[in-house]
Amino acid sequence: MADRMFASTRKGLIEYRKNGSGWAHAANHFMGQPVTNMVADARDGTLYAALDLGHFGVKLHRSDDAGESWQEFDPPKYPKAADGEDGPSLKMIWVLGTGADDQPGRIWAGTLPGGLFRSDDRGESWHLVDSLWDMPERQKWFGGGADEPGIHSICIDPRDSNRIAIGVSCGGVWVSEDDGATWRVGSQGMWAAYVPEEAKYDPGTQDCHLIVQCAAAPDVYWCQHHNAMFRCTDNLESWHEITTAPVSNFGFPVAVHPHDPDTAWFAPAQKDEFRYPVDGKVIVNRTRDGGKTFESLRNGLPQDNAFDLVYRHAFKVDGTGEELLMGSTTGSLWHSANGGDSWDTVSTHLAPVYAVTFG
Amino acid sequence: MPVVHFTAHLDGVAPKDPVTVDGATVAEALNKVWPEYPKLKGYVPDDQDRVRKHVAIFIDGELERGPDVLNLNVKTHTDIHVLQALSGGCA
Repeated sequence: MADRMFASTRKGLIEYRKNGSGWAHAANHFMGQPVTNMVADARDGTLYAALDLGHFGVKLHRSDDAGESWQEFDPPKYPKAADGEDGPSLKMIWVLGTGADDQPGRIWAGTLPGGLFRSDDRGESWHLVDSLWDMPERQKWFGGGADEPGIHSICIDPRDSNRIAIGVSCGGVWVSEDDGATWRVGSQGMWAAYVPEEAKYDPGTQDCHLIVQCAAAPDVYWCQHHNAMFRCTDNLESWHEITTAPVSNFGFPVAVHPHDPDTAWFAPAQKDEFRYPVDGKVIVNRTRDGGKTFESLRNGLPQDNAFDLVYRHAFKVDGTGEELLMGSTTGSLWHSANGGDSWDTVSTHLAPVYAVTFG
Repeated sequence: MPVVHFTAHLDGVAPKDPVTVDGATVAEALNKVWPEYPKLKGYVPDDQDRVRKHVAIFIDGELERGPDVLNLNVKTHTDIHVLQALSGGCA
């Protein structure tokens, strides 16, 4: 069971500690500053936080003492363009991830405008994954909710740390079997409602909002897509649409039970031009049979005039599969200790929540 | 020599007081500041060494726009202000 959790918000990183059967506010980090993502490295206890200061760019901080103090260090940097060319610059660190146990010090960063960066020294230095950046197919990627494309999902296969899958909005799923040396597309079977018919099934331009991999059954992935929900059971060879979810198939996050590949959670919303809880009621859709059926969970969640939208990184399940954490754009934070059957309100007055983390 | 002033929003990474440096252009003047304040270089220019979109450079009280601001010539006693542009308003 986790005893610490974090909410990355537009106005800081908010830390909570377990207090009896509930959670108590423990600390505010980076007060007033937008924290886009953070990760607690289970291998050595290090905390990493990505900030977007707007005027002054993206910043990266690391704590070696459980958040007592933070050190700022250089974030990933895009390579200089040739003279006269309009080169890229880091716009946001959308997701931070850690490497496998056999890769001490390895940290991943998925960024806007579409670069994947790797550090092998705990963030002291960063390297753009050139093989992905230079891939001709990347030219087809485009922005989803932002001006430029971004990498939001990084899945390191628990069986083989050389096997990496990433999700891109909008650029589909890409898989490397050789630690990032080469890549193949891994989003066959997804379809897009926002492009002409001819491009509908192009796996390289799909807007997968988030992909997650089951730790105990790593052939199984789940995806909340821009216009559908998908599941994959064959190690990213093909995806199959899930059409049974009640209320809405639109949303951003998805979480999969770490020990049960058939159990997953979604946070649906009114599709896509409106983006608020359907009928003002916040619900979580849970399946326990691989998407054949769903339950809409609402016990403890607001059911009247709510405007809480859940961003893609603002819904997490812990290592037991029992504890869930969900944050919203209107500053609510909820925790469930029973897989979503009931929810406790941690706060209703945070700044907009970009991401949540157990750790 | 030009005098460079940084917004108080950059306290902690930039000099609090104006600094007098050598340099014939804005870029040359700023390049003289970075070595003593290494973090600052990540706050003012972007990855391509362009002035960030929402950082405002004033030269002797005039807002200078455009991609060539760093190449502008500066004179002895020129005041260079590096400020947080209101255009990037923080939510």
